[in-house]
Amino acid sequence: MSNVIDYFQAYQLVDWLSFMISILLVVLAFLAINSKSLIKAVMFISSLSMLAVVGFVVMKAPDVAVTEAVIGSGLVTSLFVFTLLGVGKVGQK
Amino acid sequence: MKNFLAFVASMGLGVMIILSLTSNEFFPEFGSADVSSRVSQGYIDRDVTEANVGVEFGVSENLESGPANIVTAIVADYRSFDTLGEVTVLFVSSLGVALLLGTAVQGRIKLDFRPNFMLKVGSRALFGIILMTGVFIIIHGHLTPGGGFPGGTMIASSILLLYLADDQFRTKVTSFKVLESFAGSLYVLIGIAGLFIADYFLVNFLDNGVLGELFSAGIVPIIYVLIGLKVGSEISGIIDNFLTEEVA
Repeated sequence: MSNVIDYFQAYQLVDWLSFMISILLVVLAFLAINSKSLIKAVMFISSLSMLAVVGFVVMKAPDVAVTEAVIGSGLVTSLFVFTLLGVGKVGQK
Repeated sequence: MKNFLAFVASMGLGVMIILSLTSNEFFPEFGSADVSSRVSQGYIDRDVTEANVGVEFGVSENLESGPANIVTAIVADYRSFDTLGEVTVLFVSSLGVALLLGTAVQGRIKLDFRPNFMLKVGSRALFGIILMTGVFIIIHGHLTPGGGFPGGTMIASSILLLYLADDQFRTKVTSFKVLESFAGSLYVLIGIAGLFIADYFLVNFLDNGVLGELFSAGIVPIIYVLIGLKVGSEISGIIDNFLTEEVA
């Protein structure tokens, strides 16, 4: 992984990478807030945390990246999905 | 119109933050901060309390803090009391979830969702791999990135996969509660043992060993295994509370 980062830094691509990641983070957060269907909003939040993981690895914080990958895009997403399924069931009655 | 106002407000907030940080002497430019005068350099060189020649991976013996991972050295050794507080916060939150959602007689919540064949087989294949990755991350918490909190959450995710694969499945919640309270009280007992052996609460009273070996860093791996067990069983309990309801 450090070889990859060295390669990127040698060609000054890491700045472009973090720039693209931050733009995409803002776009995904906007989509998550503004999407009409709740399940799509959950999916946008999940992809936002996945992109944040890439950002943390680029900024050399692997500890935070591991935690974000497990909690942000794994556990929280599934809890949201299950809660949405349960709430939908109550609403149909 | 509402969206436009929100856009203008957030842009104004962003400009305010950037303007207040660009001309701030406490927020130097990236790479130009003098780190050697800060306390973090002491954590990196392991010379907070005693003078130290240097830190070399696989060579240095009996440093004041044993873990090769600096984050673990701070979280589970220098600032272990903070971690005890964090574990307590997680305990209180799982207690709140159990208070709100837990009932005396529970059964699985009935969702509009049947696990199909692919989900059943794939979850059973992935369960072991995710569980072993979680255990690996917990055990190597003092050497590699990760540790008790991400590893415990990974164990809870593997339990969640079992819940996904079978809509009648339930874990043995009581044994998880026993495991959780056992791990939590053992953490405090290790702290009190440090109080008796070396005069400080949660002090590292074992031998630190060679930096970078699996059996090194004294009580730090033991504490991280306990934290991993506690976090894993707590979050599994929260998942169980989310996916069960009262049976009439």
